[in-house]
Amino acid sequence: MTTDTRINSPIAVPAVIIPRVISAKQRGRALRDTWPGILMATPALLGLIAFVAVPFIVAIGLSFFNVQLDSVHPARFFGLTQYQRLFTDPIVSGPFFRALLNNLTFAVVVVPVQTGLALFLAVLLNRKLRGMAVFRTFFFMPVVFPMALVAVIWRLILDRGDQGLLNSVIHFISGGFLGAHDWLGSSATALASVILLSIWQGAGFQMVIILAALQEIPQERYEAAQLDRANAWGQFRHVTVPGIRNTLIFVVLLTTILSFRIYDQVYILIKTAGANADATRTVLFQATQTVFDENNLGQAAAITVVFFIIVVALTLVQRRILRQRSDG
Amino acid sequence: MSTFAPLRRRRSVGIRINSVSNYLVLSVLALVFFAPVYYLVIGSFKPSDKVLAGFAGFLPTDLSFNNYVTVFRSLSSDSTGYFFVFMLNSFVISAVIVLAGLVVNSMAAYSFARLNWKGRDRTFLIVVLLVIIPFESVAVPLLYMMNGSRDTLVVQILPFVANAFSIYLFYTFFLGMSKSIEEAARLDGVGAFGTFVRIVVPNSKPVFATVTILTFLAAWGQFLWPSLTVSDPSVRPLPLEISVFSGQQPVDWGAVFAFGTLLVLPVLILFFVFQRFFVQSVAGSAVKE
Repeated sequence: MTTDTRINSPIAVPAVIIPRVISAKQRGRALRDTWPGILMATPALLGLIAFVAVPFIVAIGLSFFNVQLDSVHPARFFGLTQYQRLFTDPIVSGPFFRALLNNLTFAVVVVPVQTGLALFLAVLLNRKLRGMAVFRTFFFMPVVFPMALVAVIWRLILDRGDQGLLNSVIHFISGGFLGAHDWLGSSATALASVILLSIWQGAGFQMVIILAALQEIPQERYEAAQLDRANAWGQFRHVTVPGIRNTLIFVVLLTTILSFRIYDQVYILIKTAGANADATRTVLFQATQTVFDENNLGQAAAITVVFFIIVVALTLVQRRILRQRSDG
Repeated sequence: MSTFAPLRRRRSVGIRINSVSNYLVLSVLALVFFAPVYYLVIGSFKPSDKVLAGFAGFLPTDLSFNNYVTVFRSLSSDSTGYFFVFMLNSFVISAVIVLAGLVVNSMAAYSFARLNWKGRDRTFLIVVLLVIIPFESVAVPLLYMMNGSRDTLVVQILPFVANAFSIYLFYTFFLGMSKSIEEAARLDGVGAFGTFVRIVVPNSKPVFATVTILTFLAAWGQFLWPSLTVSDPSVRPLPLEISVFSGQQPVDWGAVFAFGTLLVLPVLILFFVFQRFFVQSVAGSAVKE
């Protein structure tokens, strides 16, 4: 048996699944349940066809058209023009590339920082000490907070006035030397602010995944390392990290995919909190704005298709890395 | 023998110092993680001008329920919408998605895991492939397809009932179950559906709990799809409304925080009651080896 890691994100993006399909023959059952079988699967299948498979095909179709919502004009075939504009027309490609870059920057920062923080927390919590469950609660609690609410809370923490919580903390720490800063409005710190609140909300999620993996490591391996006189760092490097390698790879790639799916916090911060739109827009935000501000459904569909290709590419990379591990 | 004693003592002292620093680091980090939650809750009981007030925003002064009254009062007309309607919308949407999803997805998973029918394995493979398609990538075309039913509760529910990932979770659980009781029931003449309802479902509580929690969390916080399809306040869910409510000038921060507290309260209560299940669901659904 291979030790493929079956992976998926619960709340968010499903990553890759390697199906474990066992044929009827292998199970050696003579019973035939054709009608009950089909009837029981039908409701879910209809739902998946109507709300996943068909819209997915429609997305590809729409991206070849010039089409509006609630428009009197019929849809017009556009060929590859939407894609061509997306990548070459400066008016369209400017904001789109910026959105891609923002997603990329977000991923490059969040992936190592959030995974590192989650690993650090998980290692601290994995010690057999009293009260670890209480601490785990504190770190996991933000995970159940809806992102829309997280954005609203942090908007106030990051308020540009000198009454903003972060500003007053910095004012205090610097002994009054540093004045108020417009965290969300300034192009230099807007994305960093989004990153900060996203890590706060998401770190607990990665933490419990890593913690579960840590608890799977047999205690004997640590004991063996202790007999070899390995210090704490040595044990971490030679027992802990190899023991959770697959999980770490999974968490890293999952976080990368999630980085391309951020939307809620960006929408709220730009729309209601005066966040710097250029510095924080994401690919998904760009897609919905193309629908609402320009009523350009074909263009939005093209952005969606590019978004999907990115996610699938990341998923395949993830699958490949995990496979290599399994085979080796 | 005596040479071992000091060594042992030194080690236990080392461990104690180690534990203390462990607690210390954890405490500092826990404070940082908890601060925004505390800020939200304490702010919801304070006058608006004392919320956005630097460090003083943390102090529990001038506490009252006034903000909660304000939330209900200011959201009580047809143009703004009614608070209890937002709450009810969120509850109805989440409850229907969860309950209908449990029925539909567990049934399908059982069919894939245990029943023999032609084309089953191929169909299941397609379902598994669908897991890769994130909802975000079908949101725009779905908006185009469902344009006629915008501003309804149905449009907010239907796309999320059938869920390929839930089917997958049920499927792996059912595959791991012992078949003997099921087979006995089948030999006694109980049909496939009867066996599922009477024997499989009662023995699958953990996976039902996991799927319930994951689906509820996602449904309760849903924002992207309502932001595309809903503008009418009579069908608006809570997360969308908080973006509207906190976007009005001048912002009444105390009231916004009271609103936020009410928005997260149902999930927090569930979280504290079923905490072990929450953590296990999230961790367990993510990595299955």
